[in-house]
Amino acid sequence: MRTGTLHLPCRRRGALRGLAAAAALAVATGACAQEAFKLGIVTFLSGPAAESFGVPAGNAAKTIVEQFNKGGAPAPFDKRGFGGMPIQTVVVDEAGGAAKQVQELRNLYQRENVDAVVGYIGSGDCLAVAPVAEELKKFLVLFDCGTPRIFEDAAYKYVFRTASHGAMDNVSLARYLKSRNVKVGAFNMINQDYAWGQDSKADFAAAMGALMPQAKPGADLLPKFGAGQYGTEVSALASRPADITYSSMWGGDLQAFILQAGGRGALKDTTLVLSAADHVLPGLLDKVPDGTVLGARGAYGILSARSPLNDWFQSTYASANGGVPPVQASYRMTQALLGLKLAVERAMAANGGKKPTPEQLADALRGSSWPSPGGEIRMVLGNGHQAIQGTAIGRTKFDPAARRVVAVDVQTFRAECVNPPAGTKSLDWIKAGMPGARCD
Amino acid sequence: MAFTILVDAITYASWLFVVSLGLTLVFGVLKILNIAHGSVYALGAYAAASCVAVVASWKLAPAFSLVAMLLAAAGVAAVVGPLLERTLLARFYGRDEVLLLLVTYALFLMLEDLTKLAWGVHPYFVSEPLQLFGNFALGPMRLAGYDLMLVALAAVCGVLTWAVLNRTTVGKIVLAVIHNPEMSASMGVNVQRVYTGAFTAGMFLAALGGAFTAPLVSVQPGLSVSVIVVSFAVVIIGGLGSIPGAAIGALVVGLARAASVHLMPEIELFSIYLVMAAVLMFRPEGLFQAVKARLI
Repeated sequence: MRTGTLHLPCRRRGALRGLAAAAALAVATGACAQEAFKLGIVTFLSGPAAESFGVPAGNAAKTIVEQFNKGGAPAPFDKRGFGGMPIQTVVVDEAGGAAKQVQELRNLYQRENVDAVVGYIGSGDCLAVAPVAEELKKFLVLFDCGTPRIFEDAAYKYVFRTASHGAMDNVSLARYLKSRNVKVGAFNMINQDYAWGQDSKADFAAAMGALMPQAKPGADLLPKFGAGQYGTEVSALASRPADITYSSMWGGDLQAFILQAGGRGALKDTTLVLSAADHVLPGLLDKVPDGTVLGARGAYGILSARSPLNDWFQSTYASANGGVPPVQASYRMTQALLGLKLAVERAMAANGGKKPTPEQLADALRGSSWPSPGGEIRMVLGNGHQAIQGTAIGRTKFDPAARRVVAVDVQTFRAECVNPPAGTKSLDWIKAGMPGARCD
Repeated sequence: MAFTILVDAITYASWLFVVSLGLTLVFGVLKILNIAHGSVYALGAYAAASCVAVVASWKLAPAFSLVAMLLAAAGVAAVVGPLLERTLLARFYGRDEVLLLLVTYALFLMLEDLTKLAWGVHPYFVSEPLQLFGNFALGPMRLAGYDLMLVALAAVCGVLTWAVLNRTTVGKIVLAVIHNPEMSASMGVNVQRVYTGAFTAGMFLAALGGAFTAPLVSVQPGLSVSVIVVSFAVVIIGGLGSIPGAAIGALVVGLARAASVHLMPEIELFSIYLVMAAVLMFRPEGLFQAVKARLI
């Protein structure tokens, strides 16, 4: 656990790079006498999820908190810190499993006395920590994890999630395939064998069943998380020819699969359909077959639309992180911090400018909406505790001149088209044919 | 289908055999179950990625990337092998094997962090060697030429190790130390040097496995975990310390995995350990380890 500073592994070899956000801030604002807002940040700094999700999210937290503290964000986020209060961060590594995270969350609230926590990428971690925050009556924002079960199976007063859950990934992919008249006589699936992979394949298969019932499921593979070697899986997929091959794999697993399948020429006769793959593009470049259908649970990165806020975020993030562009986890961390900032300031406006209590914070964030680099975020599910947002799906194309992968044929989907309505469980909604979806 | 399963099993087993061979060699000579073997595998992959990048920056022919990978593995072994064996492991010889296991586990954790300190958390890609070999049709399958090269590499490693141990004087000395270190020492064998050499050879095989896997994967933190778990399964099935055992163990694991992925994907994770449990039920010492008589 680190207090006051964010130390995050950087992209260059050699190690950890840190920054003194809070210290610099105190001097810059002259707010030494002013009470600080202490914010816990939990993200993967080590382990397999660090490179793809944890570090980009941590880098976003570092960048955005710096901007907040010096009043560098555009309106309506341009007040210094949170309502003038400097932000001090305490960063915790999410690695180590759910039991460890429960203890770490208690430490954040009870020893570090943080005012709020923004964190958690792993669905298992989110499911484990949400009841703890509720029990302690402390404010918690889940920023990334995908499982719909958080607010579909329970109700919370102090817990929020500021990004859409994972059902949107697969509904939007199926809608894209249908909308673009992609021929899908049969589809293969390969997903990691844990909650995320299992949930994703169930959602995608159900969405395809509802929207493209003529498409027949083929191979359904579940390699273990971190398998590394996919030669056998590539053979199994090749033995069941299919128009598309769907995968929710991410990080090193997805990179290894694409490298190995591509090396065998196995991606020539099938179109890859990837639900969460934007983060692998900068590394793989031309190894990603052109025409791969891609989602990122939000209109993020190369799928995002231009806006003053998005332009500011992309340029600020890249310049603070060695030119590396933001990916989906960076966007989700940013939209969580933007929402939290407005909630704190709204609560302060209502309580005479004092630091808000967890109850006041919860009242301010519940049911609210705010602009973000990836589009508008609206807290409309889970009694105002679960966000919905629009998303975008596109196809990849390698640009050899710029040495980067760009998105073409991008289609955006409004939030109500790809998220279930309030009070409905995601899988039930998908299986029922997504009644009430508004896609106009 | 049977042909595809067999080919998949052989390609998977060849990768696994190179890594497991080092693990079983180290156990055979030093009686150490080296959990840090996986970390050296990862070090080999990182070193190979760096060396191949250097070769590419020098605009050398792509074939030199294979030489670079080999040199990277040798470099890792030359540094890590003697360093770990002499400065750390040697202090624990003669102590409880469980203690040595814990020492190598601690080493595994430290090497993980050291790797991150040296190379960061972002992935490295070295696909040049993979592209070098192209792909080809084999019956109903399309295979990467690189996979075939890995099978050849595994065969060379296995045959060379067997030949050195069984057809050279050095090998006879190593076998003598394996059989009875005290008696070997009394006959004038420098047991300490044998330990260092065998450990370094084991580290070379681990690093070689990592180096030649690098073109197939994204080299990033977490590489070491999965390989060490499945390598343990291989050497336990084959019999700890047995080279033919490592070969057969790798093939058994490869067959179990390939058959399950093709026929019943939902039990893929379970299949390897099911086979391991079955072997241990009937041969608790593994397939190729003879039951030993007590020395006293």
